[in-house]
Amino acid sequence: MPLTDSLRDDILASVPSLRAFAISLSGSGDRADDLVQETLLRALANIDSFQPGSNLPAWLFTILRNLFRSDYRKRRREVEDADGSYAKTLKAQPAQNAHLEFEEFRTALDKLPQDQREALILVGASGFSYEDAAAICGCAVGTIKSRVNRARSKLSALLYVDGAEDFGPDETVRAVIGGNG
Amino acid sequence: MKIQKLNPRGSVGQDMKEAKKQGGLNAEIQSRIGHQLRAMYDDVVRQGVPDRFVELIRRLDVPESSPHVKDAGTKDGGE
Repeated sequence: MPLTDSLRDDILASVPSLRAFAISLSGSGDRADDLVQETLLRALANIDSFQPGSNLPAWLFTILRNLFRSDYRKRRREVEDADGSYAKTLKAQPAQNAHLEFEEFRTALDKLPQDQREALILVGASGFSYEDAAAICGCAVGTIKSRVNRARSKLSALLYVDGAEDFGPDETVRAVIGGNG
Repeated sequence: MKIQKLNPRGSVGQDMKEAKKQGGLNAEIQSRIGHQLRAMYDDVVRQGVPDRFVELIRRLDVPESSPHVKDAGTKDGGE
């Protein structure tokens, strides 16, 4: 369809969640915004192929994901830090508990295989249905469900089992089971 | 060093197996993961639309007038 004012507004309204998705995938703010920019340019260039009334966010997310994956094949993500120095620096600062927890989560998320990470984000954060997420990723609904399950299970292990060995039981376990007494 | 068999779902350790038996802890962990994931995501969503994107969309209001659009829209998109 042609680029109407209302379609343009709808595309702009999708930008915040596109950025969140891009940052979740790439782990880098600058690169994420470049990815969003490429997505918008590509979407506008191909706007004729967008079906009026269909799911615009899902269409835009599909473009972003494909761009990210073709980019990923060219240059590997810079995840060398995932195991390393940055996280350790943070662990040395117990005063920053909330920040530390966030960084640990981010680090654990980066350790997931890409298929699992994107499935988890689309369903667990972007709020897409399993069906939409399957369409975005070009796979079966059952595949998305199993990726999400594996992602959750791996995050649990990374954050709340491996983590317990690093910290000793009191820190992590207390944080986890605090609500349950 | 723990040496143990991995269960088919991945490297879930002994503590986690215990937690799964209990059910409650696993549910607590999953809810915590969900919360952290959304917190991370929503943090970015709340930043709104940076100016560069507002300008980009505005500038491309008339797509034919911008040669850059064509460059961005080639080939390997629809795999």
